[in-house]
Amino acid sequence: MANESGKMYTVDNIVQQEMRMTNGERSDSIVRGFALSSVFWLVVGLVVGLWLAAEMIYPALNLAPWLAFGRLRVVHTNGLVYGFTIAGIFAGGYYLLEKLTRTRLAFPGLAKAQLWLFNAAIALAALSLFDGMSTSREYAELEWPLDIVVVVIWVMFAVNVMGTLVKRREKQMYVSLWFLVACVVTVAVVYILNNLAIPVSLTKSYSAYAGVNDANVQWWFGHNAVASVFTFPILAMFYYFLPKSTGLPIYSHRLSIIAFWSLVFGYLWTGAHHLMLTPVPEWIQTVALAFSLFLIAPSWASVINGFYTMNGNWDKMKSNYLVKFFILGITFYGLQTIQGPTQAIRALSGHLHYTEYIPGHVHMGTMGWVTMVVSASMYFMMERISGREIHSVKLANVHFWLILVGQLLFTVSLWIAGIVQGAMWKATNPDGSLMYTFLDSVAAMYPYWAARFAGGLLYFAGILVFAYNLYMTSRSTPGTKWSDASAAGSRAA
Amino acid sequence: MNFNSLYEKPVLFALAAVVVISIGTLVTTFIPLFLPSTQPASPLFKPYTAVETEGRDIYIREGCNNCHTQTVRPLRTEVARYGDYSRAEESAWDRPFLWGSRRTGPDLARVGGKYPDAWHYRHTPDPQSMFPTSNMPAYTWLANAKLDTSLTARKVEVLGFGYDGAEVARQLAAFRQTVTSPAYPSALVRSQVTPAPLQGEITELDAVVAYLQKLGRDLKAAQASVARPASAEAAESKNPYAGKPAAEEEGEKIFEQNCRSCHGDHGTGGFGPKLAATKHKYGGTDADLFASVAGGRPGGMPAFLPPLGKDRIWKAVAYIRHLERESR
Repeated sequence: MANESGKMYTVDNIVQQEMRMTNGERSDSIVRGFALSSVFWLVVGLVVGLWLAAEMIYPALNLAPWLAFGRLRVVHTNGLVYGFTIAGIFAGGYYLLEKLTRTRLAFPGLAKAQLWLFNAAIALAALSLFDGMSTSREYAELEWPLDIVVVVIWVMFAVNVMGTLVKRREKQMYVSLWFLVACVVTVAVVYILNNLAIPVSLTKSYSAYAGVNDANVQWWFGHNAVASVFTFPILAMFYYFLPKSTGLPIYSHRLSIIAFWSLVFGYLWTGAHHLMLTPVPEWIQTVALAFSLFLIAPSWASVINGFYTMNGNWDKMKSNYLVKFFILGITFYGLQTIQGPTQAIRALSGHLHYTEYIPGHVHMGTMGWVTMVVSASMYFMMERISGREIHSVKLANVHFWLILVGQLLFTVSLWIAGIVQGAMWKATNPDGSLMYTFLDSVAAMYPYWAARFAGGLLYFAGILVFAYNLYMTSRSTPGTKWSDASAAGSRAA
Repeated sequence: MNFNSLYEKPVLFALAAVVVISIGTLVTTFIPLFLPSTQPASPLFKPYTAVETEGRDIYIREGCNNCHTQTVRPLRTEVARYGDYSRAEESAWDRPFLWGSRRTGPDLARVGGKYPDAWHYRHTPDPQSMFPTSNMPAYTWLANAKLDTSLTARKVEVLGFGYDGAEVARQLAAFRQTVTSPAYPSALVRSQVTPAPLQGEITELDAVVAYLQKLGRDLKAAQASVARPASAEAAESKNPYAGKPAAEEEGEKIFEQNCRSCHGDHGTGGFGPKLAATKHKYGGTDADLFASVAGGRPGGMPAFLPPLGKDRIWKAVAYIRHLERESR
């Protein structure tokens, strides 16, 4: 735990430092605002997701233009990436930033404005996508005026993060702050460069890049949006909230350093693994494949760091309701970062790309890793912000099991579906002709789509329990005061 | 410099992070922007017409790329299913690219010219009428909307297609003339799906169909101009399954899956000619029927040799003979 300058990183001194901060110095209302906004957009995004899952089975549900699958899918992905996850990052990011710097946000007024602008922008974004104002480039579908708003919101966030870091009272920056800074700079770079476009009107623009270059730039963005939204900031929360909620120091600071720099370096090379066997130059595909395999190492460094942190204290999985969220979360992160690189291997990409396997993969990351860590972090923060214990540990456990089982049913059925579908596309008769028509491969998917819908329902039920529990926890009851002792008691499930 | 001081200097740390993420960006994304291999141009591949440009924008608006890819990979079965693999040159005019990432529906890179316009006029607003197990949304609203061409000239200018507003107006007028003419080969189906007030206008569906018919067309045209007459098909002249009931039954299944949507139930006709007849448009010998199915015919009969193979084509032909006998 000691770094070379002899500075100690222990949870004890972090806790002691924080004790010196009073509640009045923190931007709790902003964190609470972002947390509740995040959960609101999560529920909205999942309702849309369930509708989409039902449309796969019953195409008659494409009732109106704005409800048709092609438009709705974009509302789902954008709502959950930009609405749920980004708001969760703002909440968790600001919270741990204040704690780890022992400083109030540099510009609380700016953060408040950011909260309002953010929610207005997400609502506008959803409306514009329902209306078909889309660039078609995945996770960058918003048209140019909204892109500008997104950049403004991000600059507001960056100004507060960097401003608070500059005036911090804690000399060393903890690993969570590195990941937060990496998130800030990477999102800025990839979002701006990928969205360069030439406007035709207020609601229509054409990409600044054409053909192969457009594909290559877009997936460099697409992959690193995943890195900087679903990975860096979620790791920041994991590295902070796991030690905080267990009282156990992170296993190895040195491992964190290696993991951080190699992850941040390696991610940016891998975008073209989304473009295997397309007209993108073969060397770019091969470099992306090599770096994808390389990324297993830094990803698993964090997994190992998480697991070894628990060494000798695995009983906390049972006694502390938060720990299992973090440990299952990092486990799915570990599986995700094995599965992803294997999908980049040409032979496997040839079989699996364009099939249901890929949505199966993505949803393990989002429904397993991201939501597990974000929702546990929110429980932790909300207890401290509202100065009371969690509304119900029992409900938190129900929430955990529902989202775990729902996610597994969802993802495993899609993996099997993808393998079946890929096999049907490749199956040939002895004379080299195709064994199945495309429609055969569609018809074979219906049972898997039904299982996916069932998994989605279970997961959604778990999220509703979470939203209720978090909302009840966020209501401060006069007379109750949070203290270390009572919180420790409440965490013992 | 003490390396650990990096973790005490946030601005320096942020700059270091920018440098670290820039290296991979530079090598795999920025430098390729200027390489010949990422921007090959070929006179064989033409920019979109005014109507195709608008059709493409409707394809984008409706998010068709969320279920349909437009890139055929160089894999044997993929080429057999869709057609020749995709070349970089083909996307040279594409802002944005529309290769997609998921095939809930089939790839569309080679759909241009595969079917007659009438096929798309019927399929797009009501896919289940042709393929009952399809889960594609019914795009009923496209035929009910007049195409908005107020921005077309500006779009074509921004996209650098090399023709001006006057040419856009000329193309739009000519296209309208074509699709609204009674002589238009797909006039009947178009009139069935287009509401009366819009029969004389260009609808959004017209533009989408025009766009779909452009996909892969230039590659096919370039290859057709250098192709030799197919000799493999010509070599097949006698049906090994002639008169065998088991093969006819198998042929019926093959027909149901591959031919019914165009040629109708039991070959009673549809977009494609009636097959339950004694006379056939391109000749009625075994060799003629085999050549029609294997190599395709102009006007919308796709080539079925790559996906079906000779054996199943002969079984389908045996079933067609069975239909002939029944129609007598």
